[in-house]
Order: sequence, then structure tokens, then C-alpha cells
Amino acid sequence: MAHSTHEIPSTEERFEFKSETKRNLIIAALIGVAMVAIGSFLLSKGWSIGVWESHGGEHAAAGHEAAGHAEHGGEHGTTLFARIIANIWMNSVYFLGISVVGAFFIAYNYIAKAGWSSSIKRVAEAMPSFVIVPGVILIILMALPSTRHIVMHWTHDGIMDPASEHYDKIIAGKAWYLNLPFYFVRLIAYVVVWYFGWKTIRKYSLLEDEMGGLENYYKGRNASKLFMVFFAVTASTSAWDLSMVIDTHWFSTMFGWYHLASWHVAGLATMMLAILLLKDQGYLSIVNESHLHDLGKFIFGFSVFWTYVWFSQYLLIFYANLPEETIYFRERFTGFQGRYWWPFHISLLLNFLFPFLILMARNSKRRATFLKLGSVSVIIGHWFDFYQMHMPGIAKDQGGIGIIEWGTTLTFASLFIYFVANELSKANLYPKNHPFLEESMHHDI
Amino acid sequence: MADSKYLVGVFDDGDELLHAVEDIRHQGVKIHEAYTPFAVHGLDRALGYSFPRMGVAAFLFGLTGTCCALLLTFWTMGVDWPINIGGKNFFPFPTNVPIMFELTVLLAAFGMSFTFFFMEDMGPTAKPIIFDVRSTDDKFVVAIDLAKNKLSETEISKLLKESGASEVNVKEV
Repeated sequence: MAHSTHEIPSTEERFEFKSETKRNLIIAALIGVAMVAIGSFLLSKGWSIGVWESHGGEHAAAGHEAAGHAEHGGEHGTTLFARIIANIWMNSVYFLGISVVGAFFIAYNYIAKAGWSSSIKRVAEAMPSFVIVPGVILIILMALPSTRHIVMHWTHDGIMDPASEHYDKIIAGKAWYLNLPFYFVRLIAYVVVWYFGWKTIRKYSLLEDEMGGLENYYKGRNASKLFMVFFAVTASTSAWDLSMVIDTHWFSTMFGWYHLASWHVAGLATMMLAILLLKDQGYLSIVNESHLHDLGKFIFGFSVFWTYVWFSQYLLIFYANLPEETIYFRERFTGFQGRYWWPFHISLLLNFLFPFLILMARNSKRRATFLKLGSVSVIIGHWFDFYQMHMPGIAKDQGGIGIIEWGTTLTFASLFIYFVANELSKANLYPKNHPFLEESMHHDI
Repeated sequence: MADSKYLVGVFDDGDELLHAVEDIRHQGVKIHEAYTPFAVHGLDRALGYSFPRMGVAAFLFGLTGTCCALLLTFWTMGVDWPINIGGKNFFPFPTNVPIMFELTVLLAAFGMSFTFFFMEDMGPTAKPIIFDVRSTDDKFVVAIDLAKNKLSETEISKLLKESGASEVNVKEV
């Protein structure tokens, strides 16, 4: 109401990261690791608890009939180890995206001179602190020959050598882009520049708290512009490098958008969930219904945007019906005994239909319950999205959803929460000298 | 048109108007409408307006669009004149999605626009009542229909003055 907004609430508020919570998160991460170990042990004994799982390579031959380029992958055989690596890779890419979207959010809000978001700025600002963990894991997985051969088909020896029996002309044609030195340059550049780009923006934001004035705001804005220029390019190239090249023969010109849209909406949903949970604990009192409404609109809008991009990619391939393109969807529909049919369709349900219907009404975007439902649905849905992007190419006929998947995700999620909560506790929950904070307090739509 | 008599309070500031509206509504005065050169936050709530259910209308119009599109493509492509395109089914679902999408947007947009014009009486023949031309420039105006209020003209005029109106005029329509 107009009267009450004149009383300016205190902007001194600090998030307390309790040692008990820290301990629980570390235990959860360890439980996740243990689950992966137990799940692998059980599977190697032939006991399956998950769904869509097959026992130790039983159907290895059957899966290949649908896999277009399985002739090379098949020789190495997909093993249980491949499934574990696939899980680590997939979760790394997913959580890398969720993390970096925090910096992306800050950057575009700086560039757009958006005022409303300054009260929730610190939550987004804390998220990219996790970039370094999945980033390093991805670099390690690529650095070790045994794991990189599992993830990246194009790294096999002799595949680009015309004299070799493994020679693949199509992959050899991509050698100017898909070669290890250049790949490492790109991969390291993503992680380093994203991380330090965020660090720079964060540094000015924290300096602003101490010094006040506009100087740091302008510096932060300029850093955001630079970050955005880099991110605009790398958001696409990282999509190719981290996800698309797994199915090396296949490519889609929509993939960069699609991948970024997936990351973005998952990141926004994580942000929303974090804000709501913080509010439940009594923090972030300045954040009112209107902020939640705006962020809810973001989630709603970008979940539709994701669907739009996803469908555009699908429709073109469906219409053209070229075998080298449709193989991608064939692998996901009927390939590998149809084990990826459900994850593929669940992703559509949770990423589009459910949030679309539940977040459509104005009132539902202003209520914590609906927003939580929508956010959780989007977060799980995009996990399935990344699952179906990566698994058919890496785990092939070993894919499934069982203890290994739950364990890996639990570990990554616990570590993510740990890093974000830790970063959140380092600074005031509001950017107290931010020039737009006052505007954000009175945000009313 | 039956002559009706309005009392027009003119304010210099949006906040003053907002508080005045709250005050005089609290005194039991029924307000016809407020006119401001720009949007004043919270004024809709101060005037006691419930939130418009335009979203519901939009959803229904959109749903109509979706169904129409589905019916259209189903009838033309699937039943009336099936054409073999690339060896696909006669009625493949994905090809219909763009049409469903377009018609949903089209009908929702048109439906909302026309509903808005109809509900707000903003059609081509509508004659607006200008209570004070300065409300398009720098004044904030509140109009009160005297026939709908129990309080007398002098009482309301006094209330308006007390709550900060720079002038109070009488307008007969």
C-alpha cells in the first residue's frame, strides 16, 4: 500500500549459513557418492532398482540397430562406467548452466538498467560461485583419455586419419573445430571467463556496499557489457561443445538457443526457489509479491520460449525428414529399446505443460505455493531435458534412471547449495548502496 | 441525456490525489473516476477497483483459437482434401502446431482488444467526458457524481479542500 512503502525497511540483513546446515549438506553429498557406488555394485551384480535400466550390457547388440553411428562406439562397448561418466558429465553441464545463469541475469539487468531486480540481486550474484566446480570436473573428464573417449566419440584415435580403419569422413571434416587443443582452449575459456567475469561484477557490487556512490555501479555495468558480449558467443559455442558434439555426426542450428533457453529457465527457477526458501526463513523482507510476480513472469515466459525453440528444432527435422537428422530423435524415441522415450516426453510435460498451466494466472505468480510447484517442475524437467540430450549419446544402451542418477544429482545439488549458501553468507542480502534499491523496495505492479 | 452534476477536485500532485481518494472514500463518498496524466501506483486499489479478469477472457479466447486451428487443419488436411506430403500421415500433429500457435495468439489478442474496448466504452462512437483538460497535462483530477452521493455538494467540496485539492469545480454534463 502507498502509505506503508514510505517506511523504509532496514537493508542490513545477513544470511547465516549454520554449521549444522553445512554438515548436513556435506553428508548429503557423501550419501550421493555412496548411492552411486551402491547402485553400480547392484547393477554389476545384475540387480536393477531403477526404471528403464537393463542389466550389464545384456542388450548391447540390440541397441545398435537404431544408433546411427554405433559402428565406432560399439567396438568399445558401453559399460556401466560409461553410465556413471555420463551422469557426471550431464550433471556438470546442467549445474554449470544454472550457476552461470546467475551472472547472466545480473548482467542483463545491469545493461537494461532494471531497478526492480536489485532487491533479489544478491541471490543471483551468489549462484555463479559454483561455476568452478562443474567447470573443473568437465575439464578433468576431457583431460583423461579413458573418460573423454566415453563422452566424446570424435576423440577416438584414428577417427580423423584416412589411413585408419576407424576413419570417419564426416567427423574428419569437422577437424578444424573438433580438435583437442582448440577444444581445451574453448572449454577452459568458458570456465575461466565466466567465473572471473562474474568475480569482477561481484567485486564492484561488494565495493558498492562499502563505498556507496555511483562509481562502482558504472564499473559493474561496464563489466556486465563485456561479460554479455563474451557470453552471447560462448552460450552458443558451449552448447555445441558440451552437448551437441556428443552426437558427433548430428548438428542443429537451433541448438545454441535451445541449450541456453534450457539453462536460463532452470537458473531462473533455481533463483526463485532460493528466494522463496530464504523468505520462508525470514530473510529478504523487502522482496514482495511484485518481485515474485516479475520473476514468475520470467519463468513462465522462458519456459514457453524453451518450448518454442525446442519445437522449432523438432519441426524442421520432422518436416525435412532427412535420415542424418532424424536419427537424433529416433535414438530418443525407439532407439535402445525405447528407454529414452519417457525421459524425453516427461521433459516436455514438466518444462512446458505443467508450468504453462500453473503459472499462467496472475494470482498464481504471486503465491509462493504455485511458484514453488512451478519452479520445482522446471528444475526437474530440465534435468530430464539434459538427461535426454546427453544419455543416448554417452550411456547408449546402459542408460536408465536409478540409484546412480539420484546419487549423482544429489551430490551435485548439495554441493551447489553449499557453494551458493556460502557465497550468500559473505555479503549483505541487499546491495544496500545500489542506486536502484529504493526503486526496488517500492516495486508495485 | 439527463443532466448530471459532477464535482471535480483538482490536485497538483499524484500522491495528494492518492491520499485524498483514500480519505474521502473513507468518509463514504462514492467516486465516479480519477484522471491523471500518468499512472499513479496504488490508485486502482485506493479507488477500490477489483483486479480485471482480462486474463480469464484471454485464456478463453486463446483456447478458442487453439480449437479452431485444430479443427481447421484436421478438416482440411485430414478429411476434406488429404495431400500426401513427404510420405507423412495425412494429419501429423507437429505440422499443426504452428497454426494452433498462430490462431491462439491472434484470437487472444483480438479478443482482448475488443473486450477491452467494449468494457471500457471506448468504441468509435463513444463520447468522452472531459472533466478538466488539464488532467492530460499536469493536474490530477477526481470526479464525483453528486446524484450518487448522500452528502451535499458543500460537504463534499469541503472534504476535497481539506484533503488537499487546489480547486473544486462543478461540471454539468
